[in-house]
Amino acid sequence: MIYNLPYFAVIGLILVGLYALVFKRNLIKMVIGITLIESGVNLFLITLGFREDSTAPIYTTSPGGIMSLPVPQALTLTSIVIGVAVLALMLSLVIQIYRHYKTLDANEIRRLRE
Amino acid sequence: MKQRTIAAAIFFIIVAIFFIMAAWSMRPFGTPEQSAMDDYIIQNTQEETGANNGVTSVVFDYRGFDTLGEATILFTAVAAVVMILRREDHE
Amino acid sequence: MSEMSKIIRTITSIAFPFAMIYGLYVIAHGHLTPGGGFQGGAIVASSCAMILVAFGSPWINDRLKEKNLSALESLGALGFISLALLGLVFGIAFFHNFLVGSDVLFGTIPAFGSSVADINTGGVLPLMNFAVGLKVIAGLFVIVLVMAYTTTHLQGGSKK
Repeated sequence: MIYNLPYFAVIGLILVGLYALVFKRNLIKMVIGITLIESGVNLFLITLGFREDSTAPIYTTSPGGIMSLPVPQALTLTSIVIGVAVLALMLSLVIQIYRHYKTLDANEIRRLRE
Repeated sequence: MKQRTIAAAIFFIIVAIFFIMAAWSMRPFGTPEQSAMDDYIIQNTQEETGANNGVTSVVFDYRGFDTLGEATILFTAVAAVVMILRREDHE
Repeated sequence: MSEMSKIIRTITSIAFPFAMIYGLYVIAHGHLTPGGGFQGGAIVASSCAMILVAFGSPWINDRLKEKNLSALESLGALGFISLALLGLVFGIAFFHNFLVGSDVLFGTIPAFGSSVADINTGGVLPLMNFAVGLKVIAGLFVIVLVMAYTTTHLQGGSKK
């Protein structure tokens, strides 16, 4: 019934992020594209750990039955925190570029050399 | 400028075709193959760690070393941001 | 950045304690319900960022220096490392859970299967949750605060 639909959602997220990274010239739009690619990869990690008709791997008032795998969910937690750290560093570099060049266009920054 | 846009569009279409071919040939959704480690963790997490939450016991007890690396990454990111955006009239 | 209107300041100061209590609840019950140190720390840090946006950065600058917040983050990291090293002193290996089964602090072991939540379980896990939660709150708030301070003096156009 579902038949590989989550994999196509992951592809949609990664392709939208790749479009924003390649075809746009504003620096902040490129940063948003990188964040979208990271969100697609995190979603892919979670969809690898699902079993048919399973519940969350938590024993507090659980309804019983089989449980999904807990290890990919733990690795996705680490990946999200790494994404936040990379986003903070990218934005601080964009602030420094704006302070020095007074513009946010990627083609203008490539040409002015001083 | 027009040549660069056409080359970027061809690259984008090739990457999209690769992704769609990979998604067609993956195994069906909801059938993980090798789950021996996760079955052991689900069976023994209440008598070895004493926690009801399986994900927290994996993050802090079975794989605590990865959490140590992640805490180091957070600390390095905060130190780097404070160092880059320093004001000149700080005391 | 300057402050916002009076309606926004009033509603923010009413909603801030509720968001903080919810975030601390998610941190403290990390070994029983979904959540833990990282998730609850993100909730509290986003509610602190809401205070910063509503009241303006000159108001926060009179009351909070950023080097005290950095000291709080280092305290959280040192607490996490010392809990891991205490496993080496008392037990067998690094990161050994030395409070499970003992009757000092968090030592009960729950029975197998679905059960009602008992907060006295978990071993060294709730203490690690508090240390990591403190580290994430202070770290994320320092990042937002430094970016807000540095863009108040930026010249060249109307930058709010």
